[in-house]
Amino acid sequence: MTFFLEVLLGGLLAGVMYSLVAIGFVLIYKASGVFNFAQGSMVLFAALTFVSLLERGLPFWLAFVLSLLSMLLLALLLERLVLRHLVNRPPITLFMATLGLSYVVEGVAQALWGAQVHGLDLGIEDTPLELGGLMLSRFDLFAAGSAGLLVLLLSLLFNKTRIGLSLRAVADDQLAALAVGIRLQRMWVLVWAVAGLVGLVAGLLWGARLGVQFSLSLIVLKALPVLIIGGFTSIGGAIVGGLIVGASEKLAEVYLGPLLSGGIENWFPYVLALLFLLLRPAGLFGERAIERV
Amino acid sequence: MFYQESGQFSTRYRQDGRALRLWQQRAALWALLALAFGLLPLIGNDYWFSAILIPFLVLSLAGLGLNVLTGYAGQLSLGSAAFMAVGAFASYNLQLRLPGLPLLLSFVAGGVVAAAVGVVFGLPSLRIKGFYLLVATLAAQFFVEWLLTKFAWFSNGNESGVISAPPLLVAGHDFGSPAGRYLLTLIVVLPLFVLTANLVRSSLGRNWMAVRDMDTAAAVIGIPILRTKLLAFAISSFILGVAGSLWAFTYLGTVEPHGFDLSRSFQVLFIIILGGMGSILGNFLGAAFIVLLPIVLSILSSTYLSGLLPAGQLENLQKIIFGVLIILFLIKEPEGLARLWQSWRARTRLWPLRF
Repeated sequence: MTFFLEVLLGGLLAGVMYSLVAIGFVLIYKASGVFNFAQGSMVLFAALTFVSLLERGLPFWLAFVLSLLSMLLLALLLERLVLRHLVNRPPITLFMATLGLSYVVEGVAQALWGAQVHGLDLGIEDTPLELGGLMLSRFDLFAAGSAGLLVLLLSLLFNKTRIGLSLRAVADDQLAALAVGIRLQRMWVLVWAVAGLVGLVAGLLWGARLGVQFSLSLIVLKALPVLIIGGFTSIGGAIVGGLIVGASEKLAEVYLGPLLSGGIENWFPYVLALLFLLLRPAGLFGERAIERV
Repeated sequence: MFYQESGQFSTRYRQDGRALRLWQQRAALWALLALAFGLLPLIGNDYWFSAILIPFLVLSLAGLGLNVLTGYAGQLSLGSAAFMAVGAFASYNLQLRLPGLPLLLSFVAGGVVAAAVGVVFGLPSLRIKGFYLLVATLAAQFFVEWLLTKFAWFSNGNESGVISAPPLLVAGHDFGSPAGRYLLTLIVVLPLFVLTANLVRSSLGRNWMAVRDMDTAAAVIGIPILRTKLLAFAISSFILGVAGSLWAFTYLGTVEPHGFDLSRSFQVLFIIILGGMGSILGNFLGAAFIVLLPIVLSILSSTYLSGLLPAGQLENLQKIIFGVLIILFLIKEPEGLARLWQSWRARTRLWPLRF
């Protein structure tokens, strides 16, 4: 029983990290309707920038601010060079543009900072912590804490500020938002920059866990089933989806894995997401599309 | 100026239904075929065959497979490589376990197995669509790769899943030389192109396009949505499966499941984005582009920038160029190289006059 609980809790905590990547994705999908495949590359880019600045001797906070600025610059360039020209195109075109974007971002990140694995030490020791007979990783708890804090900040931003109000307006109806004088392009930059911030936090946590390396950009593949289960438009859904995926994938690996000779972590979340989809085609918290001819 | 269509009238329905209505087009096609079958095997060297022509043909076929599904039927897929893998491993196992099975037949059978797998993963497409369907195809991608790596039976006991192609014997004739492998690839690829080009002009093809453009409206006018979508999955996977068999048998000669990973799926997707969605010619153009770009880049860098660009940076540069090109094409010419070719042809018709 203790073992089951440990696996479950470990899975839930890993799921928090998936949620973090998924949240950046939800932000962009909500505000601009773009299915952003490049979110993983943004995580890689942010983490690589941060680590490389740190390795050049900058203090932690300065490196953090500079990485944030670089994400803001990326958002500005993106809006200028890509999004502005693709207004009103079908969602599939926008999706494929982000595929191209992920290639560019990965290529630039590696051309600038190199392809080797960078170690990242955030100063939190990954020692197990005993809580009521359960062994929990201190680092995972810290990650869950920062994710929670981030979500709190985001929901404050969305619900209590003027910018948040405009963002919600854009999410609801872009044309109506334009009509009442909200600057769509500025909102896009803002939301991509915020997604960059979320990506940076996700990149730092994942990077401290696995080392900052190319495989970070593959995290987007873990975030996709999370989104499917949670729905594309709900931050709460991204969190719940992340917890479900994290917990079920660890449990499946431990209990089902030996029967299927292991390594099922890669596809199990997808099959789970498919099962969810067959029951609820729009995800748990997604909006149901009504189609008319 | 270069060719006129005036004066070429169709007087029979048969003539009107032809894929290539002008005699100039047909002559060009025959000239191309003569070039591909007659001249190239004579003048080509082994490098051309192995590094350019064979991958070009196989990737065009893979592009064709995805184009049926995405370009014509409008179902986005990131699982192309999985269906290629199924085709390759099915052909291999059929050759292995049914001695005496003709090689060409095993390609077809590999395609049929891939089609069956494609239908299974296409089943959710009735209930879910768009980006949600992407997940179903990604599930296929990861599941197939895992299955072929984990169970050594598929690769006849090889722990890492590597398979080696049997000798390429067709009707007692050995196609093992580079020129032979090229010819064998051509013999398999061309009929599939002809068949598919005709298929997309048939009523099934029009149903696909109706579903692509708006599936709710298509259902209203009485198109059987499920059957249309599943047929798209089946035929697309069949073509991809054959392409996978060719990839393993005539191009590489040996392959492991990781040769068909997600980046291969992306490669096939980029072929149809750059070449042109919903275009037969576009598959050739896109594949030629994908095969030639790395070669051209490495030649350029070795002649002009020798030593300036390390090999690793060249790969990054290639990634950046691919990404930028895809975005550029999506912005400037969403219908790809095929569309550029068409407008160039329309221009030459009026040359030296302008539009």
